Amino acid sequence: MTPAVGTDYNLPALPISQRIAFMITGIGFLCHTTALGIQLQSGIPFNSMQEAISFFSWAIVFIFFWVELKYRIYVMGSLVLPMAFLSLISVATLPLENHPVDKTLKGTLLGIHTTLSVLGIVAFAIAAVVGIMYLVQEKSLKSKQFGPLYYKLPALGLLDQWNKTALFWGIPLLTLGIISGAFWSQYALGFFWSNSPKQLLAISAWFFYLIVLQGRITSGWRARRAALLSIIGFMGIIFIFTTLA
Amino acid sequence: MNIILIGLNHRTAPVEMREQFALSEEKIGEALCALKKNPLIQEALILSTCNRVEIYAVVTHTEEGCDRLKDFFLNLSDKTSPAMASALYIYSSRDCLRHLFRVASSLNSMIIGEPQILGQLKDAFDLALSHKSTGVLLNKVFKKAISVAKRVRTETKIAENAVSISYAAVELAKKIFGKLHHKSVMLVGAGEMAELAARHFISNGVQSFFIANRSYEKALALASEYNGIPVKFEDFVVEMSQSDIVLCSTGAAHYLIGPQEVAKVIAARQNRPIFFIDISVPRNIDPAINKLDNVFLYDIDDLKLSVEENLRAREAEALKAEEIVAEEVTQIIRWFKSLDAVPMIVALKEMAEEVRAKEMQRTLDQMGSFTPEQREAISGLTVSIVNKLLHGPLTALKEETHGNNGNALLEATQKLFLLGKKE
Repeated sequence: MTPAVGTDYNLPALPISQRIAFMITGIGFLCHTTALGIQLQSGIPFNSMQEAISFFSWAIVFIFFWVELKYRIYVMGSLVLPMAFLSLISVATLPLENHPVDKTLKGTLLGIHTTLSVLGIVAFAIAAVVGIMYLVQEKSLKSKQFGPLYYKLPALGLLDQWNKTALFWGIPLLTLGIISGAFWSQYALGFFWSNSPKQLLAISAWFFYLIVLQGRITSGWRARRAALLSIIGFMGIIFIFTTLA
Repeated sequence: MNIILIGLNHRTAPVEMREQFALSEEKIGEALCALKKNPLIQEALILSTCNRVEIYAVVTHTEEGCDRLKDFFLNLSDKTSPAMASALYIYSSRDCLRHLFRVASSLNSMIIGEPQILGQLKDAFDLALSHKSTGVLLNKVFKKAISVAKRVRTETKIAENAVSISYAAVELAKKIFGKLHHKSVMLVGAGEMAELAARHFISNGVQSFFIANRSYEKALALASEYNGIPVKFEDFVVEMSQSDIVLCSTGAAHYLIGPQEVAKVIAARQNRPIFFIDISVPRNIDPAINKLDNVFLYDIDDLKLSVEENLRAREAEALKAEEIVAEEVTQIIRWFKSLDAVPMIVALKEMAEEVRAKEMQRTLDQMGSFTPEQREAISGLTVSIVNKLLHGPLTALKEETHGNNGNALLEATQKLFLLGKKE
């Protein structure tokens, strides 16, 4: 997987350089997809931190392609691709664990837990990326300084809508991820809940997003506030992961 | 006699200064009456829009007229500052006509090619006509300006995808809200600009719009025309919380909307963004509200920034329009100058003939008897001398008055031959 972080999408890039970056990212994404596909033949392959993070970077690049191709908004890459790249770099620095794929119920539960949790986190990452885009675009509109980014970034309303969609997907995915994790814990270790720092941090992040979503629905925590909270929430998640690793 | 212009516009003066000079219809009438009383000024017309205040006049003496008009212009504002004088531009004859044609053709507008200025120019012309402050010259010149504007519009693409302040506002609204299909707009003040903006917003699919106006009848009329909802002027702040876009263009001389009201509106809207557009001069919305979260305020000068991109795209078309303007200016200058040159040529010829006939008669009377042939010969001689002497000046008058120094030449001729001072 080779995210093309070399190209800065922020600048009014020449179409040719953009095309090259898009192609390189595409090739990397296809390689990664193929690798995942081969691994999937023998069960859900996510039973280590590296694999979880690697899956994270695959999923976020998938979303990047989906948005670029559907909405023709060629600016998300400048935030998403470095994120994918850094997460892959972090995989490389982690001590190498090599678990064989476990096809028993225990292994399957762990795989389901990892997949759902990672997808939930991807949704929150997108919410944060969209939040950053929102703040940048809001700044252009407020300050009335119309740089190239102003023309590239989508409307505030659309960004806020994406933020909402991301939260709506993220909460159930993370909820199911935590529940399946608890079941795995019960099955593998004999208890649902252990008050370990990992669990406490995970549950507090989940709770944070629940409040954000609740506030969004009932108290008008939308627009700028939603963007800020999404960014803070995702920084919290990154903090949790780096502490755990 | 010369046509002159004094004024300031969005390029030379900021909105804070322009609002000092902006004149209501009533004030324009008063000003035109005051101008008519001045013996130096033969004809006058005032064009006052959000972006410009300009006085066009026909004066008997250019320099004196310019000075007098400048004083008059500066007196339109309650307080004067040195910056005001430096924001003024003064043009005469060819430059003045060129400026007028460019203004009419929307080449001098904040947004090149915008269609409102022509309507505003026609209104200013009608207003001057109703006050009988224009005469042959300004009538001809303004009618020409209107026809030049139409020619520019049909022969160039300058008005295609027409951009205007209201169009720029729609573009900004789209950058804030995305699609406008479920949005509602409130018009505060139901002037021409507001109506135009309403039409833009409707064609971009806004769901509903409210209309508040000081005259409720006008709000009702506009509401029935565009299927909107009329709002009593006292209630518009309350109704604002239902509107995503608020377009303010009243003639009020003070702020109608301030941070306190808007903070309440935002709370009632549960932080849904709201977009304020203030196209009124003087401004009707306190600029401080832009500091509130989820509030976006654009005044008339801010809109200028947002359309710079479009302006660049229009430059090529503007070049073609400038050629048309130059051509038309040359034509009208010819007419304008010939108007002065023809009577002067006639006067000069008449004066020469008078002098010749008088002097010849006196000589013939003193010298006694001549045969008819001799008389004929002397008469031929004097005619020939006069014609030879006048040949240069007359040719110059016929030809050079169409050039840049035409006016100077006419004034010089008048002085050199003491024309118009003999009665």
